[in-house]
Amino acid sequence: MGEIFRNVIQTVSIWAIPVLLFFIPVLAFVKKVKVYEEFVEGAKEGFQVAVTIIPYLVAILVAIGMFRASGAMDAFARFIAPVTDLIGFPAEAIPAALMRPLSGSGTLGIVTELMKTHGPDSFIGRFASTIYGSTETTFYVLAVYFGAVNIKKTRHAVPAGLIADFVGIMAALFICKVVFGG
Amino acid sequence: MLNYVWLFLMVVALVVGAINGRLQEVTEAAFKYAGVAVDIAIGLIGIMAMWLGIMRIAEKAGMVRLLARAIRPITTRLFPDVPPEHPAMGAMILNIAANWLGLSNAATPLGLKAMEELQKLNPRKDTATDAMVVFLGLNTGSITLIPATILAVRVQLGSTAPWEIIGTTIFASTCATITAVTMAKLMQRWPMFRLPPAEEASEEGSTLDKPEKTQEE
Repeated sequence: MGEIFRNVIQTVSIWAIPVLLFFIPVLAFVKKVKVYEEFVEGAKEGFQVAVTIIPYLVAILVAIGMFRASGAMDAFARFIAPVTDLIGFPAEAIPAALMRPLSGSGTLGIVTELMKTHGPDSFIGRFASTIYGSTETTFYVLAVYFGAVNIKKTRHAVPAGLIADFVGIMAALFICKVVFGG
Repeated sequence: MLNYVWLFLMVVALVVGAINGRLQEVTEAAFKYAGVAVDIAIGLIGIMAMWLGIMRIAEKAGMVRLLARAIRPITTRLFPDVPPEHPAMGAMILNIAANWLGLSNAATPLGLKAMEELQKLNPRKDTATDAMVVFLGLNTGSITLIPATILAVRVQLGSTAPWEIIGTTIFASTCATITAVTMAKLMQRWPMFRLPPAEEASEEGSTLDKPEKTQEE
């Protein structure tokens, strides 16, 4: 079941971009759009957008990098362990959950470590894998997307994103317990 | 909000770093990630330019508008402030589709294009609009149909059934996405997040969407 689904999605993923890159220019040409000239005109903005993001990304990544390097994450994980114990949240997986909104590569590192120690097919391994895919890296997305249009006042974007991360991780715990037991 | 989070991360990093005797590492991380940020942004230039070029062609040919029209019943509910056939709608849909399929090289450029279009409708250029926060919710939650990266790691570590986590990932990420959008919608009315009353706002904002709106109503 899982494998069939995966094959279908993978086929769509492989075809999606070539199909877009074929049909958009061809259909536009039929509609008498000067495809080359318009492409260049649109592409001009690429540099500007990328450069605009830099200050926002520096601010966020530096703060998160320092936070990770300080060892604060482990201290916090130990601090909340009694609470997570109550709901049957495996203590080993707390750092992965805390890292998820802050850093994608950081989470991947932790999850890989967990699977190496406990095995990819252990409950911890499956749960950690699910945590990794449960949400995107909230702070990275916020910095890049708002940075690109120079928005500094993000209003409720941060709390909405963090609550969603929390729910995503709780949903991961729930569904893993139901599907894999443990 | 980001003011507090940012300050919190910095202060905690330095205080805990000092306690743990890791100040050296903390300082090194600061310089390292300042460089990483620039690398990421510079790395975006090429694919960003490519997708913006393709999007411009699609727009000129009227395809973005066509796409926006096709999914209108959903988008008008999610983004009531955005005119239904505005180019922002088309860009947002393509971004979300790319995200769900795990095409991250396409998703970010298309998402930034969508933000640019949403910004055109924004009367206060330094403040997020309701539509932007909902759109970001769809991106930070982000339904994952194929968690390609983690599947590769699982295969590498000798998992006997690497795909087992696809179903649980879809469930968890769908819950996260629904929550993100619901929270965005709920919180936009809270006093602390509410937009200040539009003053000079209306002129700039409405000239853009007026022609479309009058057609509608």
